[in-house]
Amino acid sequence: MADASAPAGASGGLGSRRRASILAGVARGDRIYQVAITAFALIIPALLVLIAIAIGIAAWPAFAAAGLSFITSSEWNVQAGKFGAAPAIYGTIVSSLIALVLATPLAVGVAIFLSEIAPKWLRQPVAFLVDLLAAIPSVVYGLWGIFFLVPMLRDHVVPFFRDTLHLGNTPLFSGPAYGPSMLAAGVILAIMALPYISAVTREVLLAVPRSQRDAALALGATKWEMIWHAVIPYARSGIIGGVILGLGRALGETMAVTMVIGNRPEISASLLAPGYTMASLIANEFTEATSDLHLSALMAVGAVLFAITLVVNGIARWLVWRVASEPRA
Amino acid sequence: MPARILSLALVFTLACSSPDTDGGPQGAGSRSGSVDLTGAGATFPYPLYSKWFSDYANKTGVRINYQSIGSGGGIRQLSEGTVDFGATDGPMTDEELSKAKGGAIMHFPTVLGAVAIAYNLPNFSGELRLSGPVIAQIFMGTVKKWNDPQIAALNPGAALPGSDILVVHRSDGSGTTYVFSDYLAAVSPAWASGPGRGKDIAWPTGLGGKGNEGVAGQVKQIPGAIGYVELAYATQNNLAVASIQNSSGAFVAPSIEAVTAAAAGVTAELPPNTDYRISIVNSPGAGSYPISSFTWLLLYQQQADSVKAGKLVAFLRWALTEGEKQAAALDYAPLPAAMADRLLLRLDSIRIAPAGG
Repeated sequence: MADASAPAGASGGLGSRRRASILAGVARGDRIYQVAITAFALIIPALLVLIAIAIGIAAWPAFAAAGLSFITSSEWNVQAGKFGAAPAIYGTIVSSLIALVLATPLAVGVAIFLSEIAPKWLRQPVAFLVDLLAAIPSVVYGLWGIFFLVPMLRDHVVPFFRDTLHLGNTPLFSGPAYGPSMLAAGVILAIMALPYISAVTREVLLAVPRSQRDAALALGATKWEMIWHAVIPYARSGIIGGVILGLGRALGETMAVTMVIGNRPEISASLLAPGYTMASLIANEFTEATSDLHLSALMAVGAVLFAITLVVNGIARWLVWRVASEPRA
Repeated sequence: MPARILSLALVFTLACSSPDTDGGPQGAGSRSGSVDLTGAGATFPYPLYSKWFSDYANKTGVRINYQSIGSGGGIRQLSEGTVDFGATDGPMTDEELSKAKGGAIMHFPTVLGAVAIAYNLPNFSGELRLSGPVIAQIFMGTVKKWNDPQIAALNPGAALPGSDILVVHRSDGSGTTYVFSDYLAAVSPAWASGPGRGKDIAWPTGLGGKGNEGVAGQVKQIPGAIGYVELAYATQNNLAVASIQNSSGAFVAPSIEAVTAAAAGVTAELPPNTDYRISIVNSPGAGSYPISSFTWLLLYQQQADSVKAGKLVAFLRWALTEGEKQAAALDYAPLPAAMADRLLLRLDSIRIAPAGG
């Protein structure tokens, strides 16, 4: 809009009537542009609302039939017409949390290394390779999970936790370890979420002003103290945003998780037990679902997943807003 | 209006769930003039069907667009009238038939498939023999060890390990699961009153793998595992498969001949007015493999469009004669000749609906 003055200024030598008509044309163009761009901007939220309405209507019969037990019951029995999605809800949240616990320190560490410590010649190649993780199709992650990660966890990592660290008696590592498990799903998701978190964090760290670092160093801080006390606090809200982006990736991921989680609708405290996620449940059962209630139940699982995603993003917004409004260190 | 939004949502998700098909499920037929017939449904016979359709197009110029979106999707789309024919691995239920908008739907068996019991026992060679009731107990989690007395009794002299049995089943809804659970329900009262028969089972135990490849992959990876897969998958992946005791007491390994034999055993007893929604699990006959099933094409008996009806019938005639000869090469069992002959006669009962009907 500020550009409107540029053509007017360039035509300074013209008569005032002609100048006014050009200005009127510019203003009309501006209006058309404004209306068009507003329409485009409104289409996206409208789409979101329409999707929510469509899923809600399709899911209603299942919610009405199952009531609150839809999210509290563990019995998912298509033959009996009983639909309780608790294990899938639990599995989605737990596998995503495992992913975040594993991915966040790693991703933030990579980002700090690349923005603060790595020599210049190393930055681009490493950053490129980390970003490339996001480009691998999820079915490829799944295949890699089946043929490499799952046997590796079963044969090496689990014995390490159980026998070397003597954690076999804790609930987290109890029960038989077949391979496909909540742990395998969490590790796959961590690898998939990592590039998102690290890319955002890296950009945010690079955007921290030079003066922030210089000031810390001038006060006698070591390089580590400078990063920890001056750079990271400044970039906090951006880092949280990156983590939430990674969480969004983990919550909705379907294919790779389905291939390694074991698809067992049961809630178990053990990380080595198989589990289930909402996205896997829908992907597994949708194509062969014929009864109306079954279809509706799958739509209802979609609605719950949608709602959880909205809540997570809401929390993230709030966190970012709260952190951003605090005085910076 | 809500119904319309629902169906829109369905079409949208269907399109998303099958990214390999171009456009929406009903888009391809109406958009391109070169496609004469559209169909949708079962994934299990898709490799054979796609060969049939391409051979048939080369021979006659009639082009058929088939989308392997799963039996459930095929039944839904045929019921809505958005495709000319459907395909399914499990027969339609009476309730599903009553919902079809175009009237009576006919089932035409095309080929047969078998479900093999694949297992992974690293230090065991030779034939593993199982019976229906024992398989049911394994998949219900009541037989837990490989050297269980019931398994040992079926395999005298075999050195079975004392390790845990790990059950692997399908996690996705599947015609394979339907056939397998149909068999277990037929041979085990405990299974029939417990998990029952269906495309999705509330499994009492075990891990779920997505697709035949998922189950085959996990059986291959996990020592002590047992799972059920389509016969073609077991042969192509060199999985060890069990011989199953049939209703005559003989132990039969899964093979194309043993599956066709199972169908022949049932065909002989079919009443003349059968609707072909028949199960051939636990079929009589000494050479019959007990976990076998038809896969079906679904057609409306009253066809609205005479041109399409003519093309459909001509294609089925070709499929039931020439097409059957290609089945074995792709690991499908052809129909017994007597049944194919009866089905050819049955094609005559397809009618053109009066205009406006």
